Amino acid sequence: MEKNIILAGVGGQGILSIAFCICNAALRKGWNFKQSEVHGMSQRGGAVESHVRVADKAIHSDMVPMGRADVVLSVEPLEVLRYAHFVAPNGVLCVSTSPFINIPEYPSLDSLLDKVASFPSYVLVDSKRLAKLAGSGYAENMVMLGSAATYMNIEVPDFDPFIKMLFSKKSERIVEVNWRAVRLGAVATQMFAKHLDEGAGAMGALKAVENLSDDILMEQAETLNPMASTV
Amino acid sequence: MTTLATEPKTESKTDVLLGDEAIALAAIHAGISGAFSYPGTPATEILETIEKRAKRDSAGDVHACWAANEKVAYEEALGMSYAGKRSIVSMKHVGLNVAADPFMNSALTGAHGGLVVVVADDPSMHSSQNEQDTRYYGEFAQLPFYEPANQQEAYDITLEAFEESERLGLPVLIRVVTRLAHSRANVQVRSEGIKPPALGRYKNAIDWTLIPSNARRRNVRLTGMNAQLVEEAEASPYNMLALKGKTGVIASGIATNYVYENLGEDHDVSMLKIARYPIPTKLVKQLVGHCDEVLVVEDGYPFIESRLNGVLGLEGKKIKGRLTGDLPRTGELNPDNVRVGLGLAALPTPEPVDELAGRPPQLCKGCPHADFYNALTEALKEYDNSIVFSDIGCYTLGVLPPYSAIESCVDMGASIGMARGASLAGVHPSCCVIGDSTFAHSGLTPLVGAARSNSNMTVFILDNSTVAMTGAQQTMASGDEVVDLVKGVGVDAERIRIMNPLPRYHEENIKLIQEEVEREGLSVVIARRPCIQI
Ligand SMILES: Cc1ncc(C[n+]2csc(CCOP(=O)(O)OP(=O)(O)O)c2C)c(N)n1
Ligand code: SF4
Repeated sequence: MEKNIILAGVGGQGILSIAFCICNAALRKGWNFKQSEVHGMSQRGGAVESHVRVADKAIHSDMVPMGRADVVLSVEPLEVLRYAHFVAPNGVLCVSTSPFINIPEYPSLDSLLDKVASFPSYVLVDSKRLAKLAGSGYAENMVMLGSAATYMNIEVPDFDPFIKMLFSKKSERIVEVNWRAVRLGAVATQMFAKHLDEGAGAMGALKAVENLSDDILMEQAETLNPMASTV
Repeated sequence: MTTLATEPKTESKTDVLLGDEAIALAAIHAGISGAFSYPGTPATEILETIEKRAKRDSAGDVHACWAANEKVAYEEALGMSYAGKRSIVSMKHVGLNVAADPFMNSALTGAHGGLVVVVADDPSMHSSQNEQDTRYYGEFAQLPFYEPANQQEAYDITLEAFEESERLGLPVLIRVVTRLAHSRANVQVRSEGIKPPALGRYKNAIDWTLIPSNARRRNVRLTGMNAQLVEEAEASPYNMLALKGKTGVIASGIATNYVYENLGEDHDVSMLKIARYPIPTKLVKQLVGHCDEVLVVEDGYPFIESRLNGVLGLEGKKIKGRLTGDLPRTGELNPDNVRVGLGLAALPTPEPVDELAGRPPQLCKGCPHADFYNALTEALKEYDNSIVFSDIGCYTLGVLPPYSAIESCVDMGASIGMARGASLAGVHPSCCVIGDSTFAHSGLTPLVGAARSNSNMTVFILDNSTVAMTGAQQTMASGDEVVDLVKGVGVDAERIRIMNPLPRYHEENIKLIQEEVEREGLSVVIARRPCIQI
């Protein structure tokens, strides 16, 4: 077993928290991991990336080789395109549809989603809506973690203790918000993938998930195992 | 040779560590008394981790100190070594340029308490002005040095390096690169630290007093150790030779991983992995003797490769690497360009998406530097012979639009001397901008010269109360302390002005700048407002 994930986003979007949860969940399973990140200059509102590799055998390179990424995850829709060509033939792009606009020539959302949809396998996730539904607009990164979980041999509840470690300093409520966020991300991803499989097309599948009521999404999220009791 | 790395670790546990953190924890476990550094990506986390973890993981007292610059940090560590205690000094690669004087000379004095020098290189220049390769400094100083391949080796090698330093009586250098410094993995670490030997003060003061007669003697000692150091590198468990087919690879440090990644378990390539230097000559000869063709894979300059080929080349052997175009001449290695170098077919990948809008780093919204630059560019708008030299820090981002406010970034403290040089060449207004931390690092000395000669120039010190660029470490001097320093080097009190870079003072700030620029002689303007991230 080996899973390679590239995380993309903009400095400050919390991709290192995503990496933290994946690596620790892997470690808890007794796997090895390597996680490479870039600090310094690039953190000031610039593009950031992190490579995460988990495996039940030795891992050599700290960076994911091109063509070997099982998941390319992005917390916003422009940044995924910088690394999309790392994706393995059977890999998937997990992409948030909420743009982070801090440059003048930011492309139109439609053009970005079209480019994503030209890849063989992808999911689009309205991380903004789901984070708010979970209880905080800041939880978009955890929504995307939930999305990627579907493709990583890691069950959503496996992240719970580490989400708690990340956020318990803030408050118990924030921990719960983030637990919900991961679950909502996973649920929305499965729904999107199902509609896409059924031939709805990118926009159709996005619409279908958009049309689901908050209540239904929350209900589905609750089915993904108990939260606090696993911790 | 018994080394810690080869001893069974009876009591060990797993920790999750960045390469930098693995070095820091090993230093704590090696029983250091002190750690010294000046911030710089990708080395900053070494001292930060020692600051954070020393209490929890060390039995004794550990002094974790940010110094004014790398030279000072080095000298503080050297003093501690002289006193018989273990110390570590860490810095980014260009920091060793600043610390080169004590570094080179300490190779002659030698070390007493274990002295480990960690230098983090930044191939591809993720956060640096150049991609110089510290291994040349190791060779230049004729010291033993290491290049760990992974986080586990970073930990084990650091422990060993302290022992080696004491055994050999020399400082020992460890070179890492960004991708190791800033990559995390599970690492087996000791569950508790070691108590280092009690050495007491160094007894032969004469060895450390490099007047020519002593220095010559010490130089004979150092050069006399050259052959021994090579033999020890040849015997080091961190250098590994495996002879197989007629095609060979020499890989060093982290580059080794990219080779293993691509070759997999089942291959016929002869392999020499190097992680301890000087270059283990015998092992290299064995590998090259056995093979017809050798690819040299090293992250950084073609340090090993150029020595293999030498001036004349090797008759009948094909040596490949960065110099032959089989690997890229510049930039960091990765599993992909090494795959190409190994001659393997590329994995199937989709086409990269082209013409993507770039997303460069930028000043935070509300950053004091932004308001300062708005006032400065406005104030200088009417001059057609002005220059604004800059230094290094967040404010260097003022080179990008919408500010486009500065015209240089060379090395820490450079801007002040450059402004003096340009003013002597007839440029007016000749200006420079320098942050508070950069000023304490290397700005004071050039300002002494500018003040003595009352050069016709304006120095802007951007005092945001922190070392922002590298993650908000404590700065040496801020607020009134900066004013006192400036006065102390001889700038007329009346020529020191303070402005508050905020949009609501925009007009008066422009006026203040224009007044000082127009006055003959040296002015120092301090733009004072804290970074919004602290
Ligand atoms: C010799 C050397 N040491 C360290 C660095 C890394 N470095 C770049 S900028 C900087 C600090 C800048 O602090 P300051 O001057 O206060 O500016 P700020 O970032 O706070 O605006 C450091 C440590 C470097 N480039 N060169
Ligand atoms: S970190 Fe501070 S100094 Fe740097 S850009 Fe942001 S506000 Fe400005």
